Amino acid sequence: MILDGKVPSGHITEKWDKHRFEMKLVSPANKRKYKILVVGTGLAGASAAASLAELGYQVEVFTYHDSPRRAHSIAAQGGINAAKNYPNDGDSIWRLFYDTVKGGDFRSREANVYRLAQVSNNIIDQCVAQGVPFAREYSGYLANRSFGGAQLSRTFYARGQTGQQLLLGAYSALMRQVGLKKIILHTRTEMLDLVVIDGVARGIVTRNLLNGKIESFVGDAVVLATGGYSNVFFLSTNAQACNVTATYRAYKRGAFFANPCFTQIHPTCIPQSGEHQSKLTLMSESLRNDGRVWVPKNPGDKRKPTDIPEDERDYYLERMYPSYGNLAPRDIASRAAKRVCDEGRGVGPTGNAVYLDFSDAIKRLGKKVIEERYGNLFEMYERITGDNPYETPMMIYPAPHYTMGGLWVDYNLMSNLPGLHVIGEANFSDHGANRLGASALMQGLADGYFILPYTIGHYFATTKLEKVTTDHPEFKKCEEEVKERIKKLMSINGKKTPTQFHRELGKIMWDNVGMARTEESLKKALELVPKLREEFWSNLTMVGEEGDLNIVLEKALRVADFLEFAELMIWDALERDESCGGHFREEHQYPDGEAKRDDERFCHVAAWEYTGVGNKPIRHIEPLTFEYVPLTVRSYK
Amino acid sequence: MKLTLHIWRQKNSSEKGHFETYQLDNVIEDMSFLEMLDVLNEKLVLEGKEPIAFDHDCREGICGACSLTINGIPHGPEKATTTCQLHMRKFKDGDEIWIEPFRAKAFPVIKDLIVDRSAFDRIIQAGGFISVNTGQAPEANSILVPKQNAEKAMDAAQCIGCGACVAACPNGSAMLFVSAKVAHFAYLPQGQPERKLRVLKMVEQMQKEGFGNCSNMYECEAACPKEISVRNIALMFRDYLKASCSEEKLELVENE
Ligand SMILES: Cc1cc2nc3c(=O)[nH]c(=O)nc-3n(C[C@H](O)[C@H](O)[C@H](O)COP(=O)(O)OP(=O)(O)OC[C@H]3O[C@@H](n4cnc5c(N)ncnc54)[C@H](O)[C@@H]3O)c2cc1C
Ligand code: SF4
Ligand code: FES
Repeated sequence: MILDGKVPSGHITEKWDKHRFEMKLVSPANKRKYKILVVGTGLAGASAAASLAELGYQVEVFTYHDSPRRAHSIAAQGGINAAKNYPNDGDSIWRLFYDTVKGGDFRSREANVYRLAQVSNNIIDQCVAQGVPFAREYSGYLANRSFGGAQLSRTFYARGQTGQQLLLGAYSALMRQVGLKKIILHTRTEMLDLVVIDGVARGIVTRNLLNGKIESFVGDAVVLATGGYSNVFFLSTNAQACNVTATYRAYKRGAFFANPCFTQIHPTCIPQSGEHQSKLTLMSESLRNDGRVWVPKNPGDKRKPTDIPEDERDYYLERMYPSYGNLAPRDIASRAAKRVCDEGRGVGPTGNAVYLDFSDAIKRLGKKVIEERYGNLFEMYERITGDNPYETPMMIYPAPHYTMGGLWVDYNLMSNLPGLHVIGEANFSDHGANRLGASALMQGLADGYFILPYTIGHYFATTKLEKVTTDHPEFKKCEEEVKERIKKLMSINGKKTPTQFHRELGKIMWDNVGMARTEESLKKALELVPKLREEFWSNLTMVGEEGDLNIVLEKALRVADFLEFAELMIWDALERDESCGGHFREEHQYPDGEAKRDDERFCHVAAWEYTGVGNKPIRHIEPLTFEYVPLTVRSYK
Repeated sequence: MKLTLHIWRQKNSSEKGHFETYQLDNVIEDMSFLEMLDVLNEKLVLEGKEPIAFDHDCREGICGACSLTINGIPHGPEKATTTCQLHMRKFKDGDEIWIEPFRAKAFPVIKDLIVDRSAFDRIIQAGGFISVNTGQAPEANSILVPKQNAEKAMDAAQCIGCGACVAACPNGSAMLFVSAKVAHFAYLPQGQPERKLRVLKMVEQMQKEGFGNCSNMYECEAACPKEISVRNIALMFRDYLKASCSEEKLELVENE
C-alpha cells in the first residue's frame, strides 16, 4: 500500500496556515462532549493534555509513574531549539527547517519539519510565560548556545536541566487543569492494550500497578505520548521503565509502525563499567562545545592521558570534519568513535572509550567559566566514575539514546487507525534517520501545545462516532486477552528472570542491530531473537501475585513486548538496504566511511503492518519528496 | 566487598513491616546503590522469593523517584546526592547497612520501600503554577528577567520532588519543597500576579495533607539532594504573612 501523509497543498511556508484555516472547528460548547484519553505525561503528553483541557475537552491522563513529573523527559539536559535568531547569527525558520531535514539525512516529511520550525518560537514564548527559568544574559534577555549539527546558537537552556524545567512547566499546566477538575489523572496505571472498534481507536485497557486491577477506559480519541524504545538494547540512556508496550500493542491492533530501525546512538555517554550495569548515563552534548575529543595516534598506547604529548594525539573529529569539528552530528560522531576504537586506539580498561578533554578550554576560559557552564555535569561524572574531569579528561563512548522510529502518523498526527493520535518520541517523527540535538524537546512540545490541539478538533468535526461504553464486547475481549497474557506469564515456572532475558536481548540487538549493521548480522539476529522469545515463554520465572504490586510481573510484560518488537526492528533494518543517518549498513558506505544513501530505492518511510507473532510483517511505504531542500549527500566536512 | 543489609519489608499499607537481613557478597565498587539492590533482587527472584520493591527510574538524580533512607539518612550519607547516584565505593567491606523507606505521616508506605508521595502533586495542583493557557504567551524577550533573579529562580526550581526533606524533618514538614516552588515563581516577573494567592493555596493544601510545621531544625536542607536552601522557607513565611492580610485572603475566605 502507498500511504498518504495528507500533506496540504500550497507552498511549504503557507501549508500550515492554510490547513489551520481549512480544518473544521468544534464549537466551544460542543468540546466538552468529547473525551480524550492521553497516555503519557512527558513533554508531549503533559502539554497536549493541558492544552486540550484548556480548550474545554474532557481529558483523562495515564502514566505508570507515581507522578506525572517523573516522565523520562525530566532527564533531558542540553536544551531546546528555536528559530528566534536572538544572537543575530543568521538563523531563521527556513534554516532550522533546512538543518533538520538535512540532519535527518532526508528521511523525514518536509512539510512536518517546516511546521515544526514555524512553531518552535511559540514554544519558547509559552515556556517563558509559564515561568521556565531559562538562562539569561546580564541584560535580562534570553541566552543561547550551540549544539551538535548546527553552526549557530539557537539552543535555549536551563543549566544542564532543560528537560526538567520544561517538563515542570508542562506538568504545572497539567496539574492546574487537574485542580480545576478538567483532567482526571491516573497514576501508577499502565496501558496494556488499545481497543479498536470497527477500525476506530476507542479506548485502552490498563493495569493498576498497585493492586493489579485490569480496567477499561473509553474515549472519542486516544493519544499515545509514551516515548521511545531505546531500552530494546537493555543498556541505554533512557530511564529504567521506558518501554515499547503502548506503541507495540497499538501496532498489534493495526497501527503501522514506521522506520523502527531508525535509532540514535549518542556519542557522549559514560562507558560501561561492568556486568551489573543497569543503564548508561548521558553526558550532555553541550560538552562538545568546549571539550575536544581525541584518542592516541598509536594503537595500544596505555599511557595516562596527561602523559601523551600533543603530537601523539589524534583529535579525529577536528581532523575529519574541520568545519563542524567536535560538533559534528551525533550519528557521525558516534561512528567515528567506534571506528577509532575498532582500530585499537580506544582508551580505558575496556578499550571502548575515547577522551573528551577540557584542558584547553580551562586554559582559555578559566576553571570558573567551565564550572559555570558544566559544573553539575562534571560532578555527576565524578560521582559515577570517581574521576575528576577538571584534572583528567572524561572518557566517553556511544550509547543508545533516542528512537526516530515510531507509530506512523499523517500530517494531523493521526495514525492509520482513525482516532489514534501519536505525539512526541512515540511517533515516527520529524527527525528522519537522525535527530539533531535539542530537537526532541522542541518536537514533543510542538506536537502537544501547538499541533494536536488543532488537528484533533478537525477529526471530531469530520467524524461521526458511535456511542460506545466499556461494556462493548470488544472491550471485554481485550480485557480477557490481557488477563490471559498475565496468567500465562505467572504460570511458566521456569528458571530465568525477566531481567536476564532483557539483558540477553539487549546484547543481541547491540551486537547485531546497533551502531553498524550488515545483512549477515541482521539475519543472525533474526534467528536469535525468536529463539530467545521461545525460551522466555517456556523458561521464565515469576514470583508474587498478579493482584498485587509486582515489579517482576511489570518487567516481564514489558520484556515480552520487546522480544516481539525487536524482530520488527530487524526486519526494517534488513529491508532498508542502504545507510542513512543512524541506520548504518556497512555494505553501503563511501570510501571515507560516510553513510551512503540510496535515494532511488529508499527515499521513503517504511510503515509496517502486523501479521502475527513470528511472521514477517507487511511493508508499506510513504514516498518522500524533497521540493525545498534538494537531496544532497550530507556533508559536515 | 561483602555487606550485611537490613532492609525494611512490608507487604502493604495495612500490614506491619519489619527488618529482614540479607548477606550480599561480590559487591563491586563501581556499582550504584540501586544496582547493588538489583543484584540482591535478582538473587531473591531466582530463589523464588519476592524482590524488594523500591521506586526508581532515571537513575541520574533528576526524576525524584528514588527514595531510600540509608543508615537513617534520606538518600544516604553522600552530600547533595540522590540514592541512585550514590555509589558503592562510598562503603567498605564488611559494612552493615540499614535501608528503610522515607518515613513521614503524609507519606504512607505502599509496599517495602515504596511510599505514596502524591500529596506533593496535590500541593502543586492547588497553586504551584502560573495560570497561562497555551497561546496566551507574549514574545519571550518582552519579559526581562535580571540574571541574578533567573539564577535564584533556577536554584529553587531544581527541586526534584523527592520528599527527602520531609523524611529528614523531625516534624515531617514539607516546607522546603513548598517554599522551593513558591520561591521559584516569586523571583520571576511572570510569577507576580498570582504570588499571594499561590502561597495561600499551597500552604493550605500542605496543612490538609498532614505535613508538620517548621521548627528551624534545617534537617531538610542537609538531606536535600539538590541543595535547596532554607532561605526559601524564610521567603515563603514572609510571603505568607503578607498574603494573609491581603485582598486575596479575604476572597479565599469568602469563597469557602
Ligand atoms: C538522558 C537524555 C537526555 C536528553 N536530552 C535532550 C536534550 O537536551 N534536548 C532534546 O531535545 N532532547 C533530549 N532528549 C530526548 C528527549 O528527552 C525525549 O525524546 C523526550 O523528552 C520524549 O518526550 P515524550 O513526551 O515523547 O516521552 P517521555 O518523556 O518518555 O514520556 C513518556 C510517558 O509515557 C508514559 N508511558 C509510557 N508507556 C506507558 C504505558 N504503557 N502506560 C502508561 N503510561 C505510559 C510514561 O509514564 C511517561 O509519562 C534526551 C533524552 C535522554 C534520554
Ligand atoms: S526540596 Fe530537596 S529534598 Fe525536598 S523534595 Fe525538593 S529536592 Fe527533594
Ligand atoms: S532514580 Fe531518578 S532521581 Fe534517583
